[in-house]
Amino acid sequence: MRTDGDITQILSGIGLFTDLARPQLEEIAHTFDEQYFNPGERILRKGFTGTGFYVIVEGEASIEVEGRPIARLGRGDFFGEISILLGEPPSTDVVAISPLTCLVLAGSDVQEFLEGHPKVMFRILQAEAAKLRSTVR
Amino acid sequence: MTSAQSPFPPGSYPVVIIGSGPGGLQTSYFLTQWGIDHALLSRDEAPGGMFQRYPLFQRLVTWTKPHALDDRRTREYERYDWNSLLGTELENRALVPALMDGSSYFPSRAEMHGGITEFATRAGLQASYGTEWESTRLTEGGFTVTTNKGEYHAGLLIIAVGMTEPWKPSNIEGIEQAPHYIEVGEPAQYAGKRVFIIGKRNSGFEIADALLPWVKSMVIASPRPARFSVFVKSTAAARARYIQPYEDHVLGGGNLVLDAAVPRIERHNGGYLVHTSGTTHPGDLVIEADEVIAATGFATPLNDLPQLGVSTFYQGRLPAQTPFWESASTPGIYFAGSITQGAIGMKKYGIPSNSAAVHGFRYNSKVLAAHIAVTHFGKQPQRRKIAPQDLVEYLLQEASSAPELWNQQSYLALVVTLDRKQGLQDEGFWPLSHFVDAGGEDAIALTVETDDQGDIHPAIYVRSGANVGEHLLESHPLHQFGTKENRIRLASVLQPFIGKQEGSK
Repeated sequence: MRTDGDITQILSGIGLFTDLARPQLEEIAHTFDEQYFNPGERILRKGFTGTGFYVIVEGEASIEVEGRPIARLGRGDFFGEISILLGEPPSTDVVAISPLTCLVLAGSDVQEFLEGHPKVMFRILQAEAAKLRSTVR
Repeated sequence: MTSAQSPFPPGSYPVVIIGSGPGGLQTSYFLTQWGIDHALLSRDEAPGGMFQRYPLFQRLVTWTKPHALDDRRTREYERYDWNSLLGTELENRALVPALMDGSSYFPSRAEMHGGITEFATRAGLQASYGTEWESTRLTEGGFTVTTNKGEYHAGLLIIAVGMTEPWKPSNIEGIEQAPHYIEVGEPAQYAGKRVFIIGKRNSGFEIADALLPWVKSMVIASPRPARFSVFVKSTAAARARYIQPYEDHVLGGGNLVLDAAVPRIERHNGGYLVHTSGTTHPGDLVIEADEVIAATGFATPLNDLPQLGVSTFYQGRLPAQTPFWESASTPGIYFAGSITQGAIGMKKYGIPSNSAAVHGFRYNSKVLAAHIAVTHFGKQPQRRKIAPQDLVEYLLQEASSAPELWNQQSYLALVVTLDRKQGLQDEGFWPLSHFVDAGGEDAIALTVETDDQGDIHPAIYVRSGANVGEHLLESHPLHQFGTKENRIRLASVLQPFIGKQEGSK
């Protein structure tokens, strides 16, 4: 009998979920899927349909445009939300640059999830605002 | 080769497969077809793997339609028979429906086990049974597997032991007091009792369904709301045949489905107190129960492979894998059977592959055997030339009927390459994620996909230079994709491959 791996402890250390109590963290653990990516594997592919919302649990990824890295993502960062919110395929690639573990939520589940977890939605808005400010500066 | 009395004695083999369930047997079958010498080891005394014991309540969740649109002897019939292993020879095909008694289109456990055993017998698949895998070490040129019968040296290892080790989460205090799914007895044992089931996936609902006529009351709880296959379009969710306990809950029948975390279980008056914290509803509840069952899932019994460097994910329950099911961190160790669900692929719209079940992983075994044969043993890939004028019709026909594409949607792809000297060549089936990420010659890949609206349609991926583009074709109410619109669209997309001679007829 195996009993290991308290995923809620890992989740409680991720900024996006920092406002959630333990039962909600457990719900997150059961709602998101855990997915592993090999170095060099693409997670988001420009122009491809059916993508999801990803939160990095461990490892690093690179946002790439035409094969050129433009930003690096690490533990606690998230991606994929823009194309889901806009209903369009991604405009960039995201590529694993180390062994990468992500929590993944299917695009079609994102709206219901955010409406049910307003504190997570607020954290996402904060992060989007910070990205917007750094873009226009 | 060894005698029939004691196949595969300890010694050196190019490949060693561990496990004689459907994944190990199917892989052994296809490696044999490629002429790859290998040993098959099993701790069991007979073939069949988990189907010698599970599912507990005697009927599978994967269907086989004994009477389908296509003849049982055809490849197309595989789409409707999710349980038979794949055989090239007519006599080795569709063995499960031949054993079904007509009472259900879900085979009984015994019918499934019989089909696997019959396949192993007819195909002449041998194994060293009663051979316990004790430990593994890296050695020059491969691996050494120590068993109760001695040491096996292997260039490549294929682990096909299933995701079969009972697993419980460590964050439920007192969980060790609750029997796991595999320890549940006959339903009559629960007559007149109050039962608390932790887990809302198939194993939880399987037990709940079986206990419905016996229990006084039942609570089925986990943090996430119940999800059913018919709504999420995936066999990974609880299957429709287990939906009855949920209907009981929805209609106020006395049994309850609760969205709650379970932080603690304690013994109380010969029974249990189960402490719950609501997730989709606020508040804590303490629920009294006579019995608690942990339907909390399974892990892969990887033995000492993590110490050899095999990395894992999903709380250590699955090995991290490449698209061709090789350990992502320890080259030379491959996986077959239900463990291949760890090679997740593109999982478009959140819909996973069917690699956790026979109807998915049997095709993974076929692709894996070809990959090993070509990359490790220098065998020539099995290619077939396609005339440019036939390409559009061929692809639309395959999209409408290929069992590989229908049973492994968005996961396995039919690949056609464009070689400047050889022309168009049918390369067979590859993992889609490998095709779109690995680069290579100009080529196309065909899949069948289901989107979040439940629309089932073909998709074409075109690789040209460093770019791969996705092109979705139209669905059809009868899933017959060879429409005029799709011909025109496909001919346009494939223009660089086929020239201008085809497409508008």
